[in-house]
Amino acid sequence: MPRACVPALLPCGTTTATLGSVPVEYVRPKALDEALEALAAFEDPTPLAGGTDLMVEVNLAHRRPTAVVSLRDVDELTRWDEHWIGAGVTFARMEQAPDTALAELSRTVGSPQIRAAATLGGNLGTASPAGDSLPFLAAADAHIVLRSVTGSRRLRWDEFLTGPKQTARRPDELIVGVELAPRPERQAFAKVGVRQAMVISAVSCCVLRDPSGETRVALGSVGPTVLRAPRAEEVASHAARLTSSDLDEFQRRVTEEVRPITDHRATADYRRHAAGVIARRALERCLR
Amino acid sequence: MIIRLTVNGEPRHAEVAGWESLLWVLRERLGLTGTKGACEQGECGSCSVVLDGDVVCSCLVMAADADGAQVTTIEGLGTPDRLHPLQEAFVAEGAVQCGYCTPGLVVAAAHLLETNPSPTSGEVKEALSGNLCRCTGYGAILRALAAVEEGR
Amino acid sequence: MSVETRRRVRGGIGESVLRPDGIPKVCGTFEYLEDLHADGMLWAATRRADVARGRILRLDVDGALAMPGVYDVITFADIPGRPYQGQIVPDQPVLCDGEIRHWGEAIAVVAADDPETARLAAEAILVDIEELKPITDVEQALEAGEVYRHFPVRRGDPEARGEVAVEGFYEVGTQDQAPLGTEAGLAIPDGAGGVDLWGPSQWTHVDHEQLVACLGLTPDRLRVHISGLGGAFGSREDLTLQTHIALLALRTRRPVKQHYDRTDSFAAHVKRHAARMWYRHEADRDGNLVRVEARMILDGGAYQMTSQAVIANAATFAVGPYRCPNTFVDAYVVRTNHPPAGAMRGFGTNQACFAAESQMDRLAAALGMDPLDLRLRNALAPGDPLATTGQVITEPLPTAEVIRSVAALPLPDDEPGDDPLRLPGGTGLTTPPDRVVRGVGYAVGIKNLAFSEGFDDYAEARVTLTADGAEIHTAAIEVGQGMVTVLIQIARTVLGIENVTVVFDDTSRIGSAGSSSASRQTQMAGGAVQRAAAAAREAALRLAGGDELDDDGVWRDGRLVMTLAELAERGPISEWVRFRHPETEEPDEHGQGRLHADFSVAAHRAVVDVDPELGLVRVVRIDIAQDVGRVLNPVQLRGQIEGGIAQGMGWAIMEELVFRDDGTVANPTFTDYLLPTILDMPPVEAVLIEEPGTWGPFGAKGMAELPTVSVTPAVVAAIRDATGKALSRVPVRPEDIVFG
Ligand SMILES: Cc1cc2nc3c(=O)[nH]c(=O)nc-3n(C[C@H](O)[C@H](O)[C@H](O)COP(=O)(O)OP(=O)(O)OC[C@H]3O[C@@H](n4cnc5c(N)ncnc54)[C@H](O)[C@@H]3O)c2cc1C
Ligand code: FES
Ligand code: FES
Repeated sequence: MPRACVPALLPCGTTTATLGSVPVEYVRPKALDEALEALAAFEDPTPLAGGTDLMVEVNLAHRRPTAVVSLRDVDELTRWDEHWIGAGVTFARMEQAPDTALAELSRTVGSPQIRAAATLGGNLGTASPAGDSLPFLAAADAHIVLRSVTGSRRLRWDEFLTGPKQTARRPDELIVGVELAPRPERQAFAKVGVRQAMVISAVSCCVLRDPSGETRVALGSVGPTVLRAPRAEEVASHAARLTSSDLDEFQRRVTEEVRPITDHRATADYRRHAAGVIARRALERCLR
Repeated sequence: MIIRLTVNGEPRHAEVAGWESLLWVLRERLGLTGTKGACEQGECGSCSVVLDGDVVCSCLVMAADADGAQVTTIEGLGTPDRLHPLQEAFVAEGAVQCGYCTPGLVVAAAHLLETNPSPTSGEVKEALSGNLCRCTGYGAILRALAAVEEGR
Repeated sequence: MSVETRRRVRGGIGESVLRPDGIPKVCGTFEYLEDLHADGMLWAATRRADVARGRILRLDVDGALAMPGVYDVITFADIPGRPYQGQIVPDQPVLCDGEIRHWGEAIAVVAADDPETARLAAEAILVDIEELKPITDVEQALEAGEVYRHFPVRRGDPEARGEVAVEGFYEVGTQDQAPLGTEAGLAIPDGAGGVDLWGPSQWTHVDHEQLVACLGLTPDRLRVHISGLGGAFGSREDLTLQTHIALLALRTRRPVKQHYDRTDSFAAHVKRHAARMWYRHEADRDGNLVRVEARMILDGGAYQMTSQAVIANAATFAVGPYRCPNTFVDAYVVRTNHPPAGAMRGFGTNQACFAAESQMDRLAAALGMDPLDLRLRNALAPGDPLATTGQVITEPLPTAEVIRSVAALPLPDDEPGDDPLRLPGGTGLTTPPDRVVRGVGYAVGIKNLAFSEGFDDYAEARVTLTADGAEIHTAAIEVGQGMVTVLIQIARTVLGIENVTVVFDDTSRIGSAGSSSASRQTQMAGGAVQRAAAAAREAALRLAGGDELDDDGVWRDGRLVMTLAELAERGPISEWVRFRHPETEEPDEHGQGRLHADFSVAAHRAVVDVDPELGLVRVVRIDIAQDVGRVLNPVQLRGQIEGGIAQGMGWAIMEELVFRDDGTVANPTFTDYLLPTILDMPPVEAVLIEEPGTWGPFGAKGMAELPTVSVTPAVVAAIRDATGKALSRVPVRPEDIVFG
């Protein structure tokens, strides 16, 4: 039953529903400020966006949140323009993105059902090394904007992502969105998986290249977090026209700079090799 | 807590506990067992429903979040004496074997044909790529969709 | 003539009759096990082992029992009867007996008010485990003598040698049936010390036999009912949750329901055996097989299940559908600390087929021969002895014809374009069209039909004429395959009556129909229905003194002499049949004898596009020619073919349950155990060869397994053709192509 509104105790509209004798608080704020207040009020709040990561963990009993702050009605989070993508923007919407790589990667996320629900904020919140938005954000040198009742912070992607499934976000903070500086039009994304759809990446990669030749390459699933390959960027950036030996060198350096592990999805050797191949091919797409 | 939602055009309400999923609430609290669950992790699509205009996996929707929502399940598409054309085609083309994937597939396919009345074969496959079927090998499912498109 | 004045029965054999459960299934009203409900029911949850091997030092359920909403917790000590189960050898503890022998083994089961309480209580059970070193390697198991069965074949002259020899070592990974419906069940106590059970079964009578032994019940106290299943493919041949919920229902005197999640399901049901196989083929210069030697070790996992029968299939089909006078096979199935292996579509023939067909390609290459010519030259035909057991083929077996037919189909001539959906890597945009190489591969498979090795294999059925039609009574199980439709078609054709329904009887009402497995139910349950229907028709004609029967009643000389209603009043006519297939025998010590009742063959052709640099594969097309005896229902038959192909293709390129070095399973969810999606499945063209068999209804042969069997080697052969890599393992992983 909804509780009476007791300021500074529990956020307005919080309901408690007991499950297997465990009480679970749930609140669905209508505005960003209310959401931030809710995060501040609960001891261990869990934001809920599309639920495509959170509910999997809940269903598998890996996670049992005690206080859920639903972001479903927080329209401020769905704002999207050239320099800003709100945390609540779904991958289904981003399939139409003007940024080629963003559109390309969005199309590979899960299935239509997943893309309809899954958000950019959730992808960042989970911060899986295989998160498909991350290579784009890293290549674009995006800043993640966090907000709490006490203020906001703006962290570069590599300040925000601190490890596999670890971020610099405090429990009382919300990811409100991602800030994007101007970026080149030439972009390419690629992702390796052994199924034609619905597959978690074994390796992923995003390349951005501006007309002067400056190139940025970021790779996913080949390290504890998404990573850039600065030495490979260097060879690719040195000229507006690249020779095939430049491309060879680029590919070689990518394989040197990644730090993959072996797991049931792929061996480290394969990931290393494939990272080089798809990075080179993505770069070639940018050159066309 | 109690949630209120519209299911297949009818106002319904249900007592939900904790972070139960919409799938669970549909099946166990509202008695709509047509929607199936085969993984509860978004991978199989057998729990597909239309939620506020989008096909989603109901296993990944926290039921509390569906408060106020419009939901269409397989039961809302047709009944044995008034079959949806897709339901009819699924039976006629042999797209149903064990049938466990069928409700989710029919929901997803019906939504596709509503939003894109003449999809290409690639669009059909991409739209249904989140619905696993272990029995049919999908051929009959594609033939069922083609039959419905032709019949219109 | 009178016959012409009557309507001919519609929906008989040969027509694409619609399945009777189709409409409920598309409407969501069909009742599956997981949809069953009983008032006041409790929910069960299972506590499982998270190590592959260990000793339980302490098992304390008190905390769990004390939780509000928890009614009962059972462990090994609570099993009232024989605490071990198993279809062939009862060696599987109903609940862990103190030694954990595989990851996911059930240790305790809780019954509580709701599933979440049950799950929390299961987690609250204290289990202290001393980990032991597991056996995870089949060679090591063999050395240690952990052998469930050794099946030797010694046929011909040990000294015989061919001029050309090829050797190969092959490996296959573990495949899971992954039926979409996970295990679920409901047990309802009858208030008189007995219980009614609905559980995931492919054979209720054999479940009943095991369950009464474990529950310590007299047979009349347990009734095993049939309910809707979300697929099976072998996974329901052995017991999973049935014993647990039946026992909890008896103890709590409340109905108890359980519905496994996907991880439970991966842990609990049997899998397709992983295997290692070493082969040597020898032929003369013309390509006639002279000698085949094989040594294969199948990973049986922690308990025997149906491993003994699986290994007989692997051994007896070790050569494939080819003549060979000198054959020497040592096939072993061994005990390891992996989850138990058992039945899955193909049942031991798939492993052997992958290795043997890979060998045939290798041999053709060594001989400089076309791989199809080599196969045709050695193709097994009626009158030939099977290369392994020496059993002479007495039934039609169109091996050469299936090979020729599939080869005659046109090849796709499309060029890979820019559409990523038609390129390896798909929307992952990994692969430009100019990096794609096409390959084509063939493989041929052979499978036995129905049970073998002298097993008393029978099916019972009863056909009853009612006031407005006929009822088929059977305990044969519809798992989705469409048996129910075919039984109706057979009965209609024989009786002349169109209004036929099937009643699935529980174990107290009818005898066994045998298992819905081994490609047997169309022939076995169908054979029983055919004969029961014929007897019912005879009886009706005799009783009414007529010459024809239909939905109106009995006719004589074109005049209705007795309606069905009158007949039912006078009768009732109800004919019961127990049908057996031709007898088989056990093998002698050299693996020789008439082990199998019948055979069927199929040939596959796979076309693939490969990105060799990334090792990514897209299957472009798969064609098949199959020996089916007689087509009873074209739409359903096509469904079995396409569905079977999807599973065999999945095993070739993506499906594997991966074990870590410590014997635990790395990917027991659908996130990482990958099933083919609609985007992975290619179009299929099928040629059906109809050479009627002698004992199946109207000449029909069981056909649902073979589509899965030879597609796997065909896909791998196609990848080899595209890449030139040796590829001796399935599933083929990208790294195998890149570094192989
Ligand atoms: C079947 C399936 C397939 C998938 N395939 C892919 C794939 O191909 N590629 C891929 O990258 N991912 C994939 N995912 C993972 C998932 O869909 C994505 O990570 C998605 O972006 C998560 O977004 P969400 O809105 O659903 O997040 P939720 O599940 O709602 O939340 C995820 C996490 O982020 C936190 N969170 C959410 N929003 C915020 C916020 N605004 N501020 C702070 N914290 C927040 C939550 O508390 C939670 O911890 C898949 C998932 C499934 C179930
Ligand atoms: S049950 Fe929801 S996707 Fe499988
Ligand atoms: S019909 Fe069985 S899963 Fe699709």
